[in-house]
Amino acid sequence: MYQYDHYDQAMVDARVAEFRDQCQRRLEGKLTEDQFKPLRLMNGLYLQLHAYMLRVAIPYGTLSGAQMRALGNIADKFDRKYGHFTTRQNIQYNWIKLEDAPDILADLAKVEMHAIQTSGNCIRNISSDHFAGAAADEIIDPRPYAELLRQWSSFHPEFSYLPRKFKIAVIASETDRAAMRLHDIGINIVRNDAGELGAAFYVGGGMGRTPMIAPLINGFVPLDQLITYSEACLRVYNRYGRRDNKYKARVKILVHELGAEEYTRQVEEEFALLIAQSIEPPFAELERIRTYFDEPAFDADASDELDRTDPDFAVWSDRNTHPHKTPGYVSAVISLKPVGGIPGDATADQMRLMAELAEQYSFDECRVTHTQNIVLPHVRKADLFALWQKLDAAGLGTPNLDQVGDIIACPGLDYCSLANARSIPIAQQISQRFHANGKGEILGELKLKISGCINACGHHHAGHIGILGVDKKGVENYQLSLGGSEAEDTSLGKITGRGFDEAGIVDAVETSVDVYLAQRQDGERFLDTYRRIGMEPFKEALYG
Amino acid sequence: MVDPAQNGLRFRTDAPVSDPAVTVEAFAEQTNALAVRIEPGEDVRLLLPFLDRLRLVEVNFPSFGDGRGYSAARILREAGYTGELRAVGDVLVDQIAYMKRCGFDAFQPDELLDRGDVENALSRWPDVYQPTADGRVPIWNLRHG
Repeated sequence: MYQYDHYDQAMVDARVAEFRDQCQRRLEGKLTEDQFKPLRLMNGLYLQLHAYMLRVAIPYGTLSGAQMRALGNIADKFDRKYGHFTTRQNIQYNWIKLEDAPDILADLAKVEMHAIQTSGNCIRNISSDHFAGAAADEIIDPRPYAELLRQWSSFHPEFSYLPRKFKIAVIASETDRAAMRLHDIGINIVRNDAGELGAAFYVGGGMGRTPMIAPLINGFVPLDQLITYSEACLRVYNRYGRRDNKYKARVKILVHELGAEEYTRQVEEEFALLIAQSIEPPFAELERIRTYFDEPAFDADASDELDRTDPDFAVWSDRNTHPHKTPGYVSAVISLKPVGGIPGDATADQMRLMAELAEQYSFDECRVTHTQNIVLPHVRKADLFALWQKLDAAGLGTPNLDQVGDIIACPGLDYCSLANARSIPIAQQISQRFHANGKGEILGELKLKISGCINACGHHHAGHIGILGVDKKGVENYQLSLGGSEAEDTSLGKITGRGFDEAGIVDAVETSVDVYLAQRQDGERFLDTYRRIGMEPFKEALYG
Repeated sequence: MVDPAQNGLRFRTDAPVSDPAVTVEAFAEQTNALAVRIEPGEDVRLLLPFLDRLRLVEVNFPSFGDGRGYSAARILREAGYTGELRAVGDVLVDQIAYMKRCGFDAFQPDELLDRGDVENALSRWPDVYQPTADGRVPIWNLRHG
């Protein structure tokens, strides 16, 4: 995986010094809160309901064992012995003191990490496929391109005061595991008929209060123009994105209001001017970055057999592993969704254990998924049983990947000052309900996502079943939606009808699931059945 | 208002233009005007036909969080403008290093800036990742000679 050279390290160290100075000037009163706010946001520091939250960047979701261990140690030293992995492959700490923040950034810098641009109206941490470099179906590892974009977007002087936040995802397979088209820019590395690699650019996707699926604006940008083309997309947005209303300020609104064709025309015009400026990095730089993502030294003789004698292990390995491009290996997914637990939370001890297991079993590498789980990307099948035993003993062996218990939930009203309703308790109750009634075992793939407000951090628009918490005359109320997907068949869920109270929403999810169970045909997932039979049967059962 | 010369935030050796900056609209009509001020919503490319007589462009930042002026500055420099490019308005210590990278070479903040803080801000970054209008060689190129 990528390692800093002295240039990268010096930049991150400079950032720590800068933020320490900014905090000091804030405490001395030289900076007003209004002046300080965008600066702290661009360092990941966000004021929540009860305390500051620090969001740490995990570029394209990739971590070494030492980095994961450092995250655990920070949770012990500066927070309440846990952290929360997020839908953008980052981690956030919920109970941070402002005066500790520069020291935390300094601890992060020691393991080549930072919190740069994890919040604020700037280009955010670049996300990617959590199986990158391991998946059998990818055409190339997308992470070198993500790393190039990371460097380009870090401290970009023109794009640090954008109309709104700006999120970029990079993938390189037809299967979309990164919700690519729900980003401000989604890049899919593709191969053209001549066998050359290029980048398909999708611009203007997003969730929030106006969910949109990004349209394709250019199907093939040559990779030696990747940065220049990105810069053109951003410049058009910086100049013409709306600044009069923060809810209409994302690039998706600009693309929607101009039309994809006109936005594309403007980007192409800007690109034609920018290409003459020679801002593209030298090709040698991409080659240099690529060497860090070379394949690990896989054992060519690794056995492709799996001993499935233990029935619990067999279930876990069926559900929580993903095919690897190398025979004898799999990618193993550690669920951070124990029955009744808080989705995405991990204790300091669990983080340190995952660090150790990554070192021992996965070539010192782990990944954070946008579904708030952790991947050990390169595990020998022969080691899988031993790995599972250690995970299971630590409460990390829940066999529920992509099942109803594998819920995405935002922090909600338990932490967040924007939330209208709690998300976590709803997730916990649904998880417990489907465990207790046994239906979780027979449902197959069912992606359930919960947001505690219209900003949609819990991706409810993209859930096969989505739940949105709203405030109804001072009481928490929950809207149910069906039919969303964040995968390559991207779709936005539709609201079933009137909302439910806290107990009612859990029942409503079960009622919807019962409709599916009664109607599903061979091999259909919940989403497939919904798409075949439509909303009516669900409405009938829910409100009939 | 603070005199930029007195505030020391001018990184040019030529004599400052003393003409008042006129609006973009007026500038196009006043063929002897040397100085113009552009507002955030205005298209800086309207000035490109007049680069040969432009000596001073003031880019107004009514609010520091509105970043359109950064693009305006780079576009001017990319088009070959070499005159004074002055950021005016809500210009603060923590933004001037980025402004300088985009091609600004003079600053006229509404409020007086602490000179020590300015020096710290401008000397903070040992290197830069991206090529922009300030001509600094990006890390990408330093790595590969």
